[in-house]
Amino acid sequence: MPQILALTGNEAVAYAMKQINPDVVAAYPITPQTSMMQKFADFVAGGEVDSEMVLVESEHSAMSATLGAQAAGARSMTATSACGLALMFEILYIASSYRLPIVMPVVNRALSGPINIQGDHSDTMGVRDAGWIHIFSENAQEAYENTLQAIRIAEHPEVLTPVMVTLDGFIISHGVETVTIFDDDKAKKFVGEYKPRYTLLDTKKPLTLGALNFSDFYFEHKATQLEAFNKSAGVILDVGREFKKTFNSTECYEFFEAYKMDDAEFAVVVLGSTAGSVRMVVDDLRSRGVAAGMIKLRVFRPFPHEELAKALKGLKACAVMDRSIAYGGDGGPVHIEVRSALYGIHPAPMMCNYIYGLGGKPIEPEHILSVFDDLKEAVVKKSFKRRVGYLNLKE
Amino acid sequence: MAKAAIDYLYYLRADKLPHMWCPGCGIGIVVKAMIGAIDDLGWDKNDIAVISGIGCTSRAPGYLDMNTLHTTHGRALTFATGVKMAQSTKHVIVISGDGDATAIGGNHFIHACRRNIDITEIIVNNNIYGMTGGQFSPTTPYGAKAATTPYGNIDPSFDLVELAKGAGATYVARASVDNGRMMQKLLRDGMEHHGFSVIEVLANCHTQFGRRNKMSDAVTMIDWIANRVVAKAKADKMTLEELEGKVITGLMYQNKERPEYTDEYDKLIERVQAKTSAKAGSGK
Repeated sequence: MPQILALTGNEAVAYAMKQINPDVVAAYPITPQTSMMQKFADFVAGGEVDSEMVLVESEHSAMSATLGAQAAGARSMTATSACGLALMFEILYIASSYRLPIVMPVVNRALSGPINIQGDHSDTMGVRDAGWIHIFSENAQEAYENTLQAIRIAEHPEVLTPVMVTLDGFIISHGVETVTIFDDDKAKKFVGEYKPRYTLLDTKKPLTLGALNFSDFYFEHKATQLEAFNKSAGVILDVGREFKKTFNSTECYEFFEAYKMDDAEFAVVVLGSTAGSVRMVVDDLRSRGVAAGMIKLRVFRPFPHEELAKALKGLKACAVMDRSIAYGGDGGPVHIEVRSALYGIHPAPMMCNYIYGLGGKPIEPEHILSVFDDLKEAVVKKSFKRRVGYLNLKE
Repeated sequence: MAKAAIDYLYYLRADKLPHMWCPGCGIGIVVKAMIGAIDDLGWDKNDIAVISGIGCTSRAPGYLDMNTLHTTHGRALTFATGVKMAQSTKHVIVISGDGDATAIGGNHFIHACRRNIDITEIIVNNNIYGMTGGQFSPTTPYGAKAATTPYGNIDPSFDLVELAKGAGATYVARASVDNGRMMQKLLRDGMEHHGFSVIEVLANCHTQFGRRNKMSDAVTMIDWIANRVVAKAKADKMTLEELEGKVITGLMYQNKERPEYTDEYDKLIERVQAKTSAKAGSGK
């Protein structure tokens, strides 16, 4: 029987890790991730997993140890946040280029400086081109389920690409919710056993990883890596479908959830925990006769350009909410992608961008309501007050 | 003649108080001794840069009314090296915890020692990662309990004095929070020393370390420290058996002969410039 437990998002992910039962886990403490590994350490101490756990001296070492273990044939995991992820930057690229299917939960937190420990998406957005798949979660349940699915996606023989599963710092990581934890047996069966095709120290099939490539083969290796990365799109959908069927899950496990989009005129594109508040605002607007809708983006990498363009095509106006800045770019990173997805689409909706929630700045329904008001006004006036604006910023 | 009482508030950002440390935390004692040492030296507070990384100890510069730089985890010394290279006549002090300075920042620590650059590093060693919840650090004693070593630590710990000496630091001392007067003297001399100086301060984290090791209040933990330490002069007269389980405090090593890094750099510039101008002068 599935258990319904009161868990924080970090604990829920630790439960997923317990069911995944990785062979090796490396960890280094960083707020707000720490309590996830702490919970997992309880499972190690209690003998509930077979994992070898090592507390290393930095996140750079944590990712390096995880990479080493995975290359040696062990299913390996680590988790981090913010500056910890930034310190891993070098190794993230190496992990994806070695085609090592590492799964790493990342608790989203603002990057320094000024130093801040609260949530925003600047950390994972900063590594968006490192060759990792990025899956966002709205709540603790999704973070748990996404982590289980991530193993299947990463380890798929056609994909072999690392995955980061993200959850918003504090809002999800430390907020307590009721979470359904599936039967261990069923979850373990879904996750399956890790059977790597190639490993280090296999004397019958000796292997070299990361050997020097100059202009002779570097580019060719990168192109192959991208090809495999792109294959992950189909696998993400397949794994989501199988997951829903296996666990009778009601969550949407496609690239994004289209909420009340069928006849929508105005919509917001958002990712992470804020989607919950947007959904509430959409319901409120619908009850007052406004044709509002929401796209909750789940998969940021690979970005679902075609599918999203199709979903947004019929709208009058659309706003993208970004919880990070792409300095010098056209607003935030999500906005840049969505705008690019709509190139060549006719008629394309009017479109604007809002930066919000940096460093844990609260986002309330009234702020989201103001976004829809701006969209309505822009359609009437045929232009936006500001194409890239801020929400809840002290003037 | 009695010296005028130190005006601590002059050195502090009073509007940032109260501080965030737990009641009874040893870091407050270190900050007090640090201010006392600076006052004793008569340094202008605006000539001092205090640089820190991440952790409980690293919050200290937030309360000090000096030039302060709060940087990234483990890297304070690298930022400090840059500051000293740019402003070699000013005073540069780094204040770090044990996890910050010797785990994630271990590499930078040994290289700052090796260069012998004129920076003073105060390492507040409370044997644990306090801020993130009590994970074991490179100075957690063998067998001690931490959040991540519920059955006792099996990692051997660093002796920071030996590490600093071995890596090339030219002033190495160990102080403890039970003896603020001695700490102030060692900090003062370390700051005055021309070269890389390391002062390890044995401190109490009763919240994260003590609580897991039967010393859950400040007094018990500071007593534990006080009972373990032996001043160097006394220790020199003790036998190895008598020193078993003891930690020696005081000035452990000083070398005034080794050249300091920014001096060497200036000499290099002078030498190369003299050569180039000589060449230019000879018309070749």
